[in-house]
Amino acid sequence: MTNTVAISLHVNGERVEASVLPRLNLADFLREHLKLTGTHVGCEHGVCGACTVRVNGDIVRSCLVLAVQAHHATVETIEGLSDSGEIADLQSAFRERNALQCGFCTPGMLMAAQDLLKQLPSPDREQIREHLSGNYCRCTGYQAIVDAIETTARLRSGCCHDL
Amino acid sequence: MKASAFAYARATSVENALELLTVHGDKAKVLSGGQSLLPAMNLRLIAPELVVDIGDLAELRGVVVKGDVLAIGALTRHADLLKSAEIAAHAPLLMEAVAHVAHPAIRNRGTMGGSLAQADPASELPACMLALGATIIARGPDGERRIAANEFFAGIYETALTSQELLVAVELPVAAKSSTHFFHEFARRHGDYAIVGLAAQASVRDGRFTDLRLGFFAVGDRPLLAKSAAKLVDVALTPSVLADAASALSDELDPLEDQQATPAMRRHLAKVLLTRCVSSLLARPDLGAGVSV
Repeated sequence: MTNTVAISLHVNGERVEASVLPRLNLADFLREHLKLTGTHVGCEHGVCGACTVRVNGDIVRSCLVLAVQAHHATVETIEGLSDSGEIADLQSAFRERNALQCGFCTPGMLMAAQDLLKQLPSPDREQIREHLSGNYCRCTGYQAIVDAIETTARLRSGCCHDL
Repeated sequence: MKASAFAYARATSVENALELLTVHGDKAKVLSGGQSLLPAMNLRLIAPELVVDIGDLAELRGVVVKGDVLAIGALTRHADLLKSAEIAAHAPLLMEAVAHVAHPAIRNRGTMGGSLAQADPASELPACMLALGATIIARGPDGERRIAANEFFAGIYETALTSQELLVAVELPVAAKSSTHFFHEFARRHGDYAIVGLAAQASVRDGRFTDLRLGFFAVGDRPLLAKSAAKLVDVALTPSVLADAASALSDELDPLEDQQATPAMRRHLAKVLLTRCVSSLLARPDLGAGVSV
């Protein structure tokens, strides 16, 4: 009854074929099968946001997606966004502003922040908070994270070279 | 935690999904966006033997206007509703409510049909269906069934759907140009389940309501279409008329106690929402004076 299911998907630009149990969620598939451990598993019921990845261009909770549901999908993880340089400036702003301490939430924060900046290049602080409302940070707090995203938005829009 | 083991079937058509549900009945669960089902499975609150994934059924996705009716496919995601020009034009109440449903990453997966079939009493969309006078369309082994929203929600996570039926679409009347709406919810954090909320659709003429539909949520085991709204229609609104309606509303509520609020707090907040709604829709700040949370 609970046989494995064959899946085929693209992860960070590479084609992946696998055979997985239906109960395996996408976060565990990425971490355990593909060893992409940048995607973190926190609450496992969609509350904390640490497992945020992109599926077909949209951010999703990978703990609330089954690996079998990612059949034929295009998945991008923090490793993909990091290696391509897409978020190099955002990562740099996080470092500069000390927007991370233990770092557990950071991959999810970066995924959510980049998603916001793609949709809304010049968000105000309230819009940043709203977009990150589903991502928990339990140590640094949110001020520095909002600062880093605000700084990145300004730099990307070409203003404020002195920042 | 992780979900317990289950078998998985990717439905290839609505007919195929119905065949699977006919065979497996209440041992099966339908997987749409999975944003309520998978948390419940991960927490081991439920452990279906079979998950029927309807995610590939493109015919269940999308928003269409047919004459005076707005039809929304069950697989239409919250994110799709937020981007839909048809929803913005013809169901602005729904548009406003969806922005309060969870967070962007959840709205990118969660679906209209999934939210309604889940029937969480604290969720926004079921109350909107009551306020908008929606019809819920289900298909089962004996064909299609049309269920009025106020007969659909039967209790906590309970609906009029049988275990062999699939919710396929929702139909809403296109909002009249002259109609107006109000939406507000109290939550600890934007995107959390509401402590108490109100979705309202109204028609106003010469400073009076000619129609008022109040869909409260998180005030009992299911969303409530308040009968006490009738006390506010076709009358000149005074503080005493409003107080009378608020008292009648309180009699209709049967709030639950949980870690977020006591029943007394929920009754109070429902009254606050009623007052704010009426004073906002009639542009009568005097009626809302003195109401605090």
